[in-house]
Amino acid sequence: MLTTATGNKAVAAAAKEARPGVVAAYPITPQTEIVEQLANYVADGSLDADYIPVESEHSAMAACIGASAAGVRTFTATSSHGLLYMHEMLHWAAGARTPVVMANVNRALGPGWNTWAEHTDAFSQRDTGWLQVFVSTVQEAYDATLMAFRIAEDERVILPVMVNLDGFSLSHITQSLETVEVGDFIPQFHLSHAIDTEHPRGYGTMTGPDIYYRFRWDIERSMRASREVIAETEAEFARRFGRVYGPVEEYRSEDADVVIVALGTLGKEAEVAVDSLRDDGVKAGSMRLRWFRPFPRLDLSGREVVVIDRDYSFGFGGVIAQSIRATTRAEPCSVIAGLGGQEVTYDDIARFVREREAGKETWFGVSD
Amino acid sequence: MNPLPSEEYVHKCTTACAGCTSSLSLRYVLKAAGPDTVLVVPACCTAVLQGVYPATAMNVTVYNIAFAAAAATAAGMAAAFRRQGRSTNVICYAGDGGTVDIGIQALSGALERSTDFLYICYDNEAYGNTGMQRSGSTPIGAVTTTTPAGKIDQKKDIDRIVAAHNIPYMATASAAYPQDLYAKVKKALSIPGPKFIHLLSPCPPGWRYSAERSVEVGKLAVKTGLWVLYEREHGQLKINPVSKTAMKRPVPIEDYLSVQGRFRGISKEAERALKASMEQQHRRLLAEEAGAC
Amino acid sequence: MFEIRIHSRGGQGGVTAAKLIAQAAFHDGKCATAFPFYGAERRGAPVVSFVRISDEPIKVYSQVRNPDMVVVLDASVMDATDVFAGLKEGGAVVINTTEPPSIKGHPVHAVDLTGIALRVNLVVAGSPILNTPVLGSLARIGLISKDAALKAIAETFADPRNVEAAKTAYEETKQ
Ligand SMILES: Cc1ncc(C[n+]2csc(CCOP(=O)(O)OP(=O)(O)O)c2C)c(N)n1
Ligand code: SF4
Ligand SMILES: [Mg+2]
Repeated sequence: MLTTATGNKAVAAAAKEARPGVVAAYPITPQTEIVEQLANYVADGSLDADYIPVESEHSAMAACIGASAAGVRTFTATSSHGLLYMHEMLHWAAGARTPVVMANVNRALGPGWNTWAEHTDAFSQRDTGWLQVFVSTVQEAYDATLMAFRIAEDERVILPVMVNLDGFSLSHITQSLETVEVGDFIPQFHLSHAIDTEHPRGYGTMTGPDIYYRFRWDIERSMRASREVIAETEAEFARRFGRVYGPVEEYRSEDADVVIVALGTLGKEAEVAVDSLRDDGVKAGSMRLRWFRPFPRLDLSGREVVVIDRDYSFGFGGVIAQSIRATTRAEPCSVIAGLGGQEVTYDDIARFVREREAGKETWFGVSD
Repeated sequence: MNPLPSEEYVHKCTTACAGCTSSLSLRYVLKAAGPDTVLVVPACCTAVLQGVYPATAMNVTVYNIAFAAAAATAAGMAAAFRRQGRSTNVICYAGDGGTVDIGIQALSGALERSTDFLYICYDNEAYGNTGMQRSGSTPIGAVTTTTPAGKIDQKKDIDRIVAAHNIPYMATASAAYPQDLYAKVKKALSIPGPKFIHLLSPCPPGWRYSAERSVEVGKLAVKTGLWVLYEREHGQLKINPVSKTAMKRPVPIEDYLSVQGRFRGISKEAERALKASMEQQHRRLLAEEAGAC
Repeated sequence: MFEIRIHSRGGQGGVTAAKLIAQAAFHDGKCATAFPFYGAERRGAPVVSFVRISDEPIKVYSQVRNPDMVVVLDASVMDATDVFAGLKEGGAVVINTTEPPSIKGHPVHAVDLTGIALRVNLVVAGSPILNTPVLGSLARIGLISKDAALKAIAETFADPRNVEAAKTAYEETKQ
């Protein structure tokens, strides 16, 4: 069905379509609309789930882990400080191999309080063992949420998946949305190690130095396998529903001399900058990273690269710029822009490209 | 009645909604506390109504902190002030969510460790800052954005939880009774150790009544007996005379419920449960005051 | 791409107006995005929201700086805010007022949305609703079709007075 929705409503609609049995969630701006919408679905009977209005995010994730371990599909949503408050349980969810799906509405971190978009919240969870995808339109928020369930629950993966969307600039924006009937695109929930009291087992028992690392390796093995599962899932999604996704969305990059790399809504806005640069004779292109974990393999050979990081790792650099340095031969020009919702227009992005200098880091708006 | 001090520590330029009683209460609290005070504020409406940097509507030091962390932050601060020989008041001003839900662990710890501070929970019975979702302090039957059909669970009795920590002073209060609130804050700050005040804070957009009725709603809460004003000093309970009267000759609770949109359509069972828990609380408090427990 | 900026006060429904316009444009077969700019302010503070309408998918997420049209739901915000900032040459202005100002170089469409809302008794919690009648005005000046405007309203609000107010505003707006 074709309709209009905000990013938050699209995520809630997709979560509903996936029929989770337990939703445990906690409000936080700018994600709250998702939680409220799911509460409404449960109240009006359109979603047959137990909605647990927990007292904190730590408990939200813990409740999802418990429900998932007991063999039921789960969903939650959070943002910023809520995500950080879950941190311990994020590691636990991945380590316990509970395929929880969560939407994270990217928002800056305090102090001072700021409710606008930034990616540091999600990137600071990068070592938890969660798969992470970043979306850039209302439609993509919906589609990625649906696919997240299938990917997370695939027996080659069995890891939690986080769907990231920019606070306000996507969560609160209204665009058109085509909803689908998911049918068997998302199979019945099945977790082979779900609790079965007829076959009692100890979960998360004390694990010594002689074997612990094997469990860690298992996580990484699944993370590696997830690349294939993601590709299959995206291909199957395209076959059934007609919309095509991949690890990276490239735009006019085939013959580009310089490529802009960005995520989320900035990654889309970059396409407008590419058009205007091309009009001015600059052979620009863009690559919008969709998946952050597993980190995509990029082919940037022979091209200059301008990376826009809406995040920062203090004492190190922009997370994406540094990741690209680590995984390619590129020597990117790194721009830190859009922190805490800082306005960044396509004109600004075009200027980043015109003024690029390989290997240099600049903070947009900071002159000293 | 004594006039309250004329000093203002909360300026009129807050971004609070019209008729907000939690910000009104804060005015009285700070009049009682005076300028040598640090207000520790977790995420809540009070974090927002101070305004946007570099402006602030507050004329005392305010230390904003993460949602779950107010009481623990205050514990560190109080320890530091006392070892420096400073008697600075450390006052947490936290919402019900930051108190009975996400902040309860830090609160319990600080109370148990004899922290020298005053914790004030202003209770608007929901998560106001994020647009009125249920909290553990939302009463049964109330509609919030996450309880569209009315809350099914009972309001958490945070006062009995706090009382179980056997702290030297705790009280309930309301902005509709400013003299009483002022006196209770004054007394609390004169006593060393952990103190707790629970403030019922009617909230026009959340409770769905028009802004000019805030004081009336606050008074109705007390006169129906749903909100009992009392203080407990070193274990001695003293119920305020208005509440004694309300227990004897209560205004019908329908009068309180019917002025608030959040109780529109409340089920008979929920209303009965509300009444039953109120009566049980009255019996418990009266027995305690009479020394029967 | 056609860009619109809407000025209102918190609680007056400027954000919903933006959504409704986008929804109507969508019914007209266009691509559209609507988005609010949220400050930390609450009820009563001036707020802006934006709409973009285009034949192509819209990739711009930053704020509208040079609107093709400005809509003012509450003329009193004009005391505090320069509502014409960045308005394109010849860009139209739609104002809810009974005293149309004249603005050099810009067509002004004045309409008494408050009066219309009061007349059809479209009042919620003491405030007249402006975000549905304004769609009637915008349909009249050709931003969206009348059918699409009424459809967007009807699918969002059950109360028929919203559609009625929009129809009245359509009649009373000068082209
Ligand atoms: C860890 C964390 N989770 C969620 C939030 C979002 N949040 C901010 S304030 C708030 C509700 C506060 O409710 P309450 O404590 O009752 O205070 P009120 O807003 O009603 O004044 C929430 C959920 C946050 N800031 N941090
Ligand atoms: S929502 Fe309620 S508590 Fe918060 S500022 Fe408004 S009136 Fe006060
Ligand atoms: Mg509250």
